Amino acid sequence: MPSDGSAALGKPIAMKAAAGHPPDEQTRDMERQRALARRERFQRALPWLVIVLALLAWEFAVRVFHIAEFILPAPTSIAASMTKWWSPIAVHALQTLETTIIGFAAANVLGLALGALIGSSAMVYGGIYPLLIAFNSIPKVAVVPILVIWFGIGSPPAIITSFLMSFFPITVNVAAGIATVEPELRDVLRALGASRRTIIAKVGLPRSMPFYFASLKIAITSSFLGSILAETVAGQSGIGHLMIVASSRFEVPLVFAGLIVTSAMSVAMYAIAAVVEKRVTGWANRGGAEAGA
Amino acid sequence: MMERPFVEIDRASMRYGGAHGTLALRDLTLAVNKGEFVAVVGPSGCGKSTLMRLVTGLWPVSSGSVIVDGREVDRPLSIAGMAFQNPTLLPWRDILDNVMLPFEVVAPRENRGRVARLENERKCMELLAKVGLGGFERKSPWQLSGGMQQRASLCRALVHEPKLLMLDEPFGALDVFTREDLWQVLQTLWMDRRPTVILVTHDLREAAFLADRVVIMSARPGRVIVERAIDLPRPRTLAMTYSAEFQSIARDLREHIDEARQGGDLAHAI
Ligand SMILES: Nc1ncnc2c1ncn2[C@@H]1O[C@H](COP(=O)(O)OP(=O)(O)OP(=O)(O)O)[C@@H](O)[C@H]1O
Ligand SMILES: [Mg+2]
Repeated sequence: MPSDGSAALGKPIAMKAAAGHPPDEQTRDMERQRALARRERFQRALPWLVIVLALLAWEFAVRVFHIAEFILPAPTSIAASMTKWWSPIAVHALQTLETTIIGFAAANVLGLALGALIGSSAMVYGGIYPLLIAFNSIPKVAVVPILVIWFGIGSPPAIITSFLMSFFPITVNVAAGIATVEPELRDVLRALGASRRTIIAKVGLPRSMPFYFASLKIAITSSFLGSILAETVAGQSGIGHLMIVASSRFEVPLVFAGLIVTSAMSVAMYAIAAVVEKRVTGWANRGGAEAGA
Repeated sequence: MMERPFVEIDRASMRYGGAHGTLALRDLTLAVNKGEFVAVVGPSGCGKSTLMRLVTGLWPVSSGSVIVDGREVDRPLSIAGMAFQNPTLLPWRDILDNVMLPFEVVAPRENRGRVARLENERKCMELLAKVGLGGFERKSPWQLSGGMQQRASLCRALVHEPKLLMLDEPFGALDVFTREDLWQVLQTLWMDRRPTVILVTHDLREAAFLADRVVIMSARPGRVIVERAIDLPRPRTLAMTYSAEFQSIARDLREHIDEARQGGDLAHAI
C-alpha cells in the first residue's frame, strides 16, 4: 500500500519537473553557462594579458620619456640583447640550473630525513627545533663569504647556499606532517605491535606528503635565490655571475635579460613542483573534510 | 574448574602527568573471560579511555597490575584490534588497503609474499562483504559515508582475528539507525570468531544489546562499582530491545549510572 501511495505521489512531481523547463528557460540556462565559460577563459588568460600590457606600458614609457638604456632598457632592447647573447646566457643559465638542482636535491634528502626524525620524537623536536629556527634566521648573504673561505670561489658555495635556502621549509613541513598523526590512529597501530619506524613509514611519511609537496613549491624558488645570490657574491659562472659582470660593464639590457631568464626558470620549476604535488597528493584535496580532521 | 580470565586488572591506578597530575583511575579491579563481551559504561571523564590504554599497554599503570593472556602487560600488546569513535582510516589508501593494514604490521615477514597477500586480500574482501561494504573495496575513505567508514574501521580492527578487541565508543558519532545496524553486524562478527571484547559506550541500550556483562564505573577517579550480567539469549534481535525484560535491564543500568554520578560528585565535594 505505502509503495502505491508514493508512486502515485511521485508521478505528478516527475511530470512537473520535466515540464518545468520551458524553451526560453533552457536558452537562458545555456546562456548562463556560456557566460560562465567565457569568464573562466578570461580568468585563465588574465596573467598573460597583464604581462603583455605591462610590457607595452614599459616600452611606451621608455620611448616617450627618453629614458637612457643604462637606467631602464626597453623590453625590445632586452629582447635584442637576449638574442645577441643567447649562447653565454644559455651556458650560465644551465650552470645555475645545475647548481640549484644539486642543492635542492640535497635539501630534499636531508630535509626528509631530519623532518622525519624531528617529527617522530618530541625530545629531538625540543632539542633541535630552536636551533633550526636560529639557523634559518641567519641572513644567507653573510654566510656566502664564509663558504668562500672554506670552499673557495666556484660552485660549491652556490650549491650549499641553494641547499641552505630550501632545507628549512622542507624539514619543518615534513616534521609537522609526522608530528600531527592522530593519536587514535597511532594507538591502533601500536596496539598491533607497530614500532615507531613502522608508524612513520605507514602513516607519518604518507601523511606528511601534502605538507612536503606544498613546501617544495616554496623551496625550489628559494633554492634558485640561493644559488644566484652566491653567484653574484662569489661566482665564476652562473646567471648571477653573468648579471654582475654585465652590470659592471653597463650592459644593462643583459642584466635585465638575466633577471628574466631567472624568473622564467623559477616559474617553470614551480610549475613542475605544482604538477607533481597535484598528482601525488590528490587524495588530500579531494578528501578535504575527512583528511583535515 | 574456572579457566583463568583473559584480562585481569588488579587494583590498577593511573595518574596522568607526574605526582600532581590527574588521577584517572583508582584501584580498578576487573576480570574479563576469554571470548567474553564486556561493555564499560560510566560518567564522562571517568577514565574509560584510560582503561583501554592500560589494557592494551599503551600507557603503563601507576600502581597495580594488568595481566592479559597470562602475561603482565608492560608494553603495547601487539595482538589487539582497536576502533574508536573516529574511523581514522588512511585517506591515501582505498578501503581494501586500509583493511589490509594490520597484516602489514602484525607479521610483515609472513605477509609479504604474493600468495599471502592474495590470501589476506580474500579475507578482507570477505569481511567487507559481511559488513555490507562489498563493491566498495576500491573506493577511497572520503567517498564513503560516516557509517560506512566506521564499518571499514571495524573490519580493520577484526581482520587479523585478534584475540582481544578494544572498542572505544565506536558508534558514538552515528545516527540511531546506522548504530543499531552496526550492533547486529558486530554481534555477528563476534559470534563468528569469539574474540574477547571490551566495549566502551555511552549508550546503555547498546551495552545491554551487545554485552554478556556490563561494567559500570564511578566518576573520576574511576573504579568498577557495579557489574551486571545480561542473560538475554543470542543472537539478540532489535525486537528484543522492546521487550519488558530488556527495558528493565536498561532502567536498572540507568539507575546505577545516576548513583555513580552522584557518588562521584560527593567524592569531589569531600
Ligand atoms: N593524555 C592525557 N593527559 C593528561 N590527562 C588525561 C589524558 N587523557 C585523559 N586525561 C584525563 O584523565 C581523565 C580520564 O580521561 P578518559 O579519556 O579516560 O575519560 P573517558 O571516561 O574516556 O571520558 P569520555 O567518556 O568523555 O570519553 C580525564 O579527567 C582527563 O582529563
Ligand atoms: Mg573516552
